[in-house]
Amino acid sequence: MKFSCGRGAMSITSSSAAWKPTDVVADQFPAGLRVLVVDDDPTCLMILEKMLRTCLYEVTKCNRAETALSILRENKNGFDIVISDVHMPDMDGFKLLEHIGLEMDLPVIMMSADDGKHVVMKGVTHGACDYLIKPVRIEALKNIWQHVVRKRKNEWKDFEQSGSVEEGDRQPKQSEDADYSSSANEGNWRGSKKRKDDEEETDERDDTSTLKKPRVVWSVELHQQFVAAVNQLGIDKAVPKKILELMNVPGLTRENVASHLQKYRLYLRRLSGVSQHQSNLNPPFISPQDSTFGPLSSLNGLDLQALAATGQLPTQSFARLQAAGLGRPTAKSSIPMTLVDQRNIFSFENPKLRFGEGQQQQQHMNNKQQINLLNGIPTNMEPRQLASLQHGGQSIGNMNMQVASHGAQNNQNNSLLMQMGQPQSRGQILGDTTVSHSPRRPSSMGQPILSNGMAANVASRNGIPETIGATSYNPVSQATSTLNFPMNHASELPGNSFPLGSTPGISSFSSKGTFQEDVSSEIKGSGGFMPSYVKFNDLSQHKPQNWELQNVGMTFNFPQHSSSLQSNLMQSVLVQQGSSGQMNGHNRSSAVVSRAMFSAGDIKEHGNAQNVNQHLNNLVDNIIRVKSEGVFDTSPGNLFPVHFGQEDLMGALLKQQDSIAPTENEFDFDGYSKDNIPV
Amino acid sequence: MEVVQMQRGLVDYTKTLFMECFLDAQFLQLQQLQDESNPDFVFEVVSLFFDDSEKLLNDLSMALDQPSVDFKKVDAHVHQLKGSSSSIGAQRVKDACVTFRNFCEEQNIEATLRCLQQVKHEYYLVKNKLETLLRLEQQIVAAGGSIPMIEMGFLKTINMKGKHDSGVVYTVETYGVFCDSTSIRSL
Repeated sequence: MKFSCGRGAMSITSSSAAWKPTDVVADQFPAGLRVLVVDDDPTCLMILEKMLRTCLYEVTKCNRAETALSILRENKNGFDIVISDVHMPDMDGFKLLEHIGLEMDLPVIMMSADDGKHVVMKGVTHGACDYLIKPVRIEALKNIWQHVVRKRKNEWKDFEQSGSVEEGDRQPKQSEDADYSSSANEGNWRGSKKRKDDEEETDERDDTSTLKKPRVVWSVELHQQFVAAVNQLGIDKAVPKKILELMNVPGLTRENVASHLQKYRLYLRRLSGVSQHQSNLNPPFISPQDSTFGPLSSLNGLDLQALAATGQLPTQSFARLQAAGLGRPTAKSSIPMTLVDQRNIFSFENPKLRFGEGQQQQQHMNNKQQINLLNGIPTNMEPRQLASLQHGGQSIGNMNMQVASHGAQNNQNNSLLMQMGQPQSRGQILGDTTVSHSPRRPSSMGQPILSNGMAANVASRNGIPETIGATSYNPVSQATSTLNFPMNHASELPGNSFPLGSTPGISSFSSKGTFQEDVSSEIKGSGGFMPSYVKFNDLSQHKPQNWELQNVGMTFNFPQHSSSLQSNLMQSVLVQQGSSGQMNGHNRSSAVVSRAMFSAGDIKEHGNAQNVNQHLNNLVDNIIRVKSEGVFDTSPGNLFPVHFGQEDLMGALLKQQDSIAPTENEFDFDGYSKDNIPV
Repeated sequence: MEVVQMQRGLVDYTKTLFMECFLDAQFLQLQQLQDESNPDFVFEVVSLFFDDSEKLLNDLSMALDQPSVDFKKVDAHVHQLKGSSSSIGAQRVKDACVTFRNFCEEQNIEATLRCLQQVKHEYYLVKNKLETLLRLEQQIVAAGGSIPMIEMGFLKTINMKGKHDSGVVYTVETYGVFCDSTSIRSL
């Protein structure tokens, strides 16, 4: 039990802010693993702390869940894993688990003297990566590092799966795998994904793993055709087969239409469910953390459905994120849906941008590793998840997740994670952020959507920033491209341009022209839900709440992964959105860059997508510059803009906003008024 | 030598505690956590356990004394006590808690009151034993000796109620770290 190296060894590794897979040296790892242990029983707490110290881990203990959450929030990238008791007086252990999962996406181990099957099952369904029965033996603690590695490994895998398999990405991953892979891990990454909703996981995984073919890019025109067909048939009677026939687009498969239809339906449901952005967004997503859990479960159910439909969002994650982040009552499934959509948009955007950047991507690739550090960023987010996010407010959180999960979009995933945290209300912002993200693209429209989604995500996830930021950073260099991404890669982005066509907001976008393109491209599957657009508008209103935007920018930074750049971008944007919301531009580090991106996004939100684009471009440039200056220097943890102080983001955003006169909201955001979204 | 005798006495005493199930393998884990950098670890943890348990027992008494007993609360307290006693290795206390919880589920007031008495009884017993044990250890240390550890072979022979695996582990660890005293080995 006793390690040969003395206690001093612990300090060696503890100094690093976050361990990167590549950095971890075989002989040192897992020493220095940063563990947070939460238990109201002082005896157990003391014993655990001693045991973990003996394992050469860096231990922080607290006896209250609230304390643990605030510690985690303050120090986003400060921990690698959390161990929590199930029965605690101030907060149920599972609630804490959900919060952490939504906000920080760290692996959480539950423990209890209770070994009843139902309790253990609860742990599994809530996403715990392990369940220990008390009394805990030191042998059980010795191996907890496997959960951290597994999670990171899966994140990388997600990136790969997203479809954009780049050499660079592969290599680092492979090397990492070589270092850390174990038989347990190999067969298990799926299991580790359990953190995210099971349903979602399954869906996504199937999608990403089985469908390596190029995604259909739901361009604005395509989406409009789709919407026209749906309207012609009647939304109730619209079946994929008939829609396909009406659209008469060569090369389009029934499956493409079916998934797009799903997202579209979610989007519509979200729209109808969201009369007031506030009411919609707030209640569903944001509720005091404690209180949200109740609705979360219900939401999760709903989200799940939505997600299941879209196959993307981890409803749970979203719900939680939203709840956690926004502090609003989460329970509304409707929102999650919209968020999801937005997310999809983002995801699309991100990956696209990335590709465009090419070189930047390279950077990202490098950053990828850093991103991995993002503790627990749910990189598993699939692009689809993003889409689903759009759907629901909650989805915002999910979107983040989704974005992150877009395999290809590794970067994005991280960002998505961040976004996840953001409650759906943020989603609006996300939309904006996305917009901002695509500064490159002439069509600012695209970006706004993304930002909306992202913002939403961001908002919801105040807690996320850290993780996301890290990942998003890498994309930062790329981010600039990512910002533009949504816009630029209209063709590249598989995004569904739902929003473009169907909703009024979208139409406004369409007028924008460029934007629409972007949007469509960005929105992978979610089909560019309008919500994102709408959100965009709202976002503009919410300047102060720029957190979303900020985050968005940040998330974009993230998309490092080559293939998934696009998605990553979205994700990163989203993530950042989420995080920035919280951070309000305080984090200067890499976050700054991302923030700049947000600002661009924000500006875009304000309405003039096109103008925004330009601004974003500027912003992006600035961001990139900033990023290159300081971002990468920061420790991995810093990479992720999420960490950035929100103030920084806000500042960046505000600055941008000032420079860019907010244009009238062109998007008719039907439900989301940014103002209402509590930051 | 006196120290050796004290050590032998300590080992014998500890063994009886194990055999009578006052303590289980988890206590050995605690002992193994103690090292030069933390020489009073066991003492600190055990003291913490005492304080915490007494508080819990008081809360339990009060909760069961109410005209209308809140069994959920009672169950929460018992669960907590179960957790801490199992972490310490106070096996009998833990077992008594398990029984206690079963009756809580049935919401049987008389039975739960009896259980409370049983838990209290076991607690005071093990408290007494542990205090004796710690005192013996202190005496040895004061006399310049080192605290002997229970050898693995002994542990393996005891039916640890499903902790066989931990027994194995102990073997590996203990041998490497603790069995360096010939006098102990001979035991």
